[in-house]
Amino acid sequence: MKIKPGKIINYILLVIWGLIVLFPFYWMILTSIKGYGAYNSEYVPKFFTANPTFENYVTAFTAVPLAKYFFNTLIFTVITTGLMMVVVILSAFAFARLSFKGKDLVFSLFLSLMMIPNELVIITNFVTITNLDLRNTFMGLVLPSVTSVFYIYLLKENFEQIPENLYKAAKVDGTSDFRYLTRVMLPISKPTIVTITILKVIECWNSYVWPRLITDDPNFFLVSNGIQEIRENGFGRENVPAMMAAVVVISVPLVVLFLVFRRKIMDGVARGGTKG
Amino acid sequence: MKKSLTPWLCLLPAILFLGVFMVYPLIDVLVYSAEEGYNFASQSFWSVGLYNYSYVLHDPFFIQALKNTFIIVIITVPLSTGIALLISLGLSSIKALRDLFQTVYFLPYVTNTLAVGLVFMILFKKTAYSDGLVSLLIQTFGGPSVDFIDGPYWAKMFVMCFYTIWIVMPFKILILTSALASVDPVYYKAAQVDATPKWRVFTKITLPMISPMVFYLVITGFIGAFKAYSDEVALFGTNLNAAGMNTIVGYVYDMLYGDSGGYPSYASAAALILFAIVFTITTINLMVSRKTVYYQ
Amino acid sequence: MKIVLKHLTKRFPNRNKKIKEDVIAVNDFDFTIPDGKFIGLLGPSGCGKSTALNLICGLEKPTEGRIFFGDTDVTDVAVEERGVGLVFQNYALYPHLTVYENIKFPLGNLRGADKLTKEEMDKRVREAAKLVQIDELLERRPNEMSGGQQQRVAIARALVKNPKVLLLDEPLSNLDARLRLQTREELKRIQLKTGITTVFVTHDQEEAMSISDVIVVMKDGILQQMGEPQEIYDEPANLFVASFLGTPQINVFNGRIKDEKVYIGDSAVMDAKGQPDREVSVAVRPEGFILDENGTLECEFVNREVMGRDTSFIVTHPDFTGVNIRAIIASDETYEVKDGKVRFSLKPHKVRIFDKSTTERVKL
Repeated sequence: MKIKPGKIINYILLVIWGLIVLFPFYWMILTSIKGYGAYNSEYVPKFFTANPTFENYVTAFTAVPLAKYFFNTLIFTVITTGLMMVVVILSAFAFARLSFKGKDLVFSLFLSLMMIPNELVIITNFVTITNLDLRNTFMGLVLPSVTSVFYIYLLKENFEQIPENLYKAAKVDGTSDFRYLTRVMLPISKPTIVTITILKVIECWNSYVWPRLITDDPNFFLVSNGIQEIRENGFGRENVPAMMAAVVVISVPLVVLFLVFRRKIMDGVARGGTKG
Repeated sequence: MKKSLTPWLCLLPAILFLGVFMVYPLIDVLVYSAEEGYNFASQSFWSVGLYNYSYVLHDPFFIQALKNTFIIVIITVPLSTGIALLISLGLSSIKALRDLFQTVYFLPYVTNTLAVGLVFMILFKKTAYSDGLVSLLIQTFGGPSVDFIDGPYWAKMFVMCFYTIWIVMPFKILILTSALASVDPVYYKAAQVDATPKWRVFTKITLPMISPMVFYLVITGFIGAFKAYSDEVALFGTNLNAAGMNTIVGYVYDMLYGDSGGYPSYASAAALILFAIVFTITTINLMVSRKTVYYQ
Repeated sequence: MKIVLKHLTKRFPNRNKKIKEDVIAVNDFDFTIPDGKFIGLLGPSGCGKSTALNLICGLEKPTEGRIFFGDTDVTDVAVEERGVGLVFQNYALYPHLTVYENIKFPLGNLRGADKLTKEEMDKRVREAAKLVQIDELLERRPNEMSGGQQQRVAIARALVKNPKVLLLDEPLSNLDARLRLQTREELKRIQLKTGITTVFVTHDQEEAMSISDVIVVMKDGILQQMGEPQEIYDEPANLFVASFLGTPQINVFNGRIKDEKVYIGDSAVMDAKGQPDREVSVAVRPEGFILDENGTLECEFVNREVMGRDTSFIVTHPDFTGVNIRAIIASDETYEVKDGKVRFSLKPHKVRIFDKSTTERVKL
């Protein structure tokens, strides 16, 4: 077999981009296991370390309330995702399976809301939550993000692919709508539901803007705000290894989630997820 | 009677939440933007008019934010789409290691922007202890020592664009590789039988067939880049005005909250200006795509 | 341009990686496709006929053997330089280009000395379009056309560069029954008019019979028989060819040769002069049965299907290899079924005998 030069160039290109992607990850792990003294004495940073240490991880959890941020994010993610799934499933079910007057009109109104950028409504939401005295509460954090028109749309499309005959058969057997939803539609649509859940979890884990607006009490900080806080005030500013340890801790859950559900996440994103 | 109630009960939560947090704010933001001299504490205002818009448009911070945003958009959207296309073409032409590459390339999508931004800051920042890895790298090739985080404007802008591209790449590569994979290989066979040169296959077959997806990426890319904010915070901290790296969205939030906050009227006006810009650009994009993109 | 295949073999590694043995898609093909003829490569799916077509086309490289176009060895000539026209099963028309642009596409690839001017291209495109009678539709897009029209476009695109050989992959399989008949005639007309050597692949024996000048029957990568349609139908080389061609299928009985006579069960149905005793398969075409009260072959009556011009007798026999025997009798013959039995005699020229163990034809 002759190896074509084009193929080699191709692989080189791919490897270069791979390195650009991976290098920050490598660097944060590497820095996080360098000693504080060792790191600061390297004018030219070394690409490996002979004396790995885990003291930075201890510092990360003791010097700043990283565990608290972590726990807050976990609660926020679980509540938001759970509530959103209920809201989304109910709406999608109504649009896909039930018939009622004005369905098409309501659905088009829903769809038109997809075009509204978050930046436009966040101002009033900030004022609303402030006036309701919900700043620095989980309620205030969660409420504005428990509906997603896009996910309603996605799930509705999926529900509609379930043959209508199944619904008719269930009706003949005297199955209630609710029972049909939980026993038939949800199990059949499980792949889509899992996809939506994962995408929402990613979104929650990384959310920054709204939590920043609505919380100034560190007891309610999420990881994104926590890391920002660490950057500006934590560890006496210059403890880079400890900072990197915190970054690693924050990044690990999603990377693990991704590696486990790789196919699902990538398919889900390809079907309509966006970032930014 | 009970029957016709079920659908509405199902929709109730969604309608309620959308009403309070989407529809009402939409109207409200228009109202805010027209209320001159609105006072957050007393919730009162002097009069109705366009003063808020005029204030925002004359605010040097807003002008700076506008300029920064446009530079980010103009640099990152074409560059990231182009590089993503190149990488996707490379990916689709290999078999070995393809899965591995795809997995690696997707990683930035699932990382916390703020957290990884910190790593980028470390790599580019000049401190008392070190010039930063990238700067040192430039120096070994005989370049000057540059602080990309607190240094000159173009250096900051470079990191900014670099990081933005790094962040948006996974999505674009994913979309383009699946678009390329969906082109029926029989077309390539047909072209081969007809002795079609490689570049002609690309320009006449591949590109037209994936053009809807390319345009989708350009449009969403424009929208996303115009809303740039958290990437900036990740690199330069929350005080973006001081760093001279603020964006329009950043300006909106600054007006709303924090040390410079408490002006929802200015924030609303700025947000609506942003919306108008995005809307115009998207419309132009769509008009161009109607003319050039082939839809099946 | 005649096509000569010399000991052509194509092996693929087995898809099931546990099996080390290669799959032999084309096994030692050694024959000549005459110039200017319409050749049908016929066989059941998975028999390697598409691989054979791809080898001639150049999309696949043979493991062993050579291919000649005329006297030129083209085995190592890449597909793009081989000068063949290929019509894909699903036509592979570029959906974003109009019919005109689709047909013009191959001409745009020509470089250097072969490069054509705009006017020449236009002339060639219009000629090709006229040949396949789609000159009215040049501005349409493929998705605005019927399957039959799309196929004509595909043929025009294949012919526009004046190929040495035209190859068609399952040309009729994507068309409905009515269009299929019409397109069959159309293909034949175009081939006759251009005189180009045309090879097509099909799994449909009726299709192959109706348009081919020569049929090549293959199974499991092995050439079974090559010849004119009538010849293959009348004188099948083995039991597979006999069963594969003809609808309704040929009726196969377990029989034997004893004392120079062919027996089905206890009834002697034919003479077999000079043949040694052995087990055989007796294959009778549906039209080879004669209703005969004194016939030697007694069958159990099941049903009678009236088809207008003729009548099918559905009967059974203990030595029949399938479930029901189908005998086609002209409708004007009258016959009384007695006690649920029907008696036939056989037309000797519609009966073919095959060796039981080799399945090869036993010539009487």
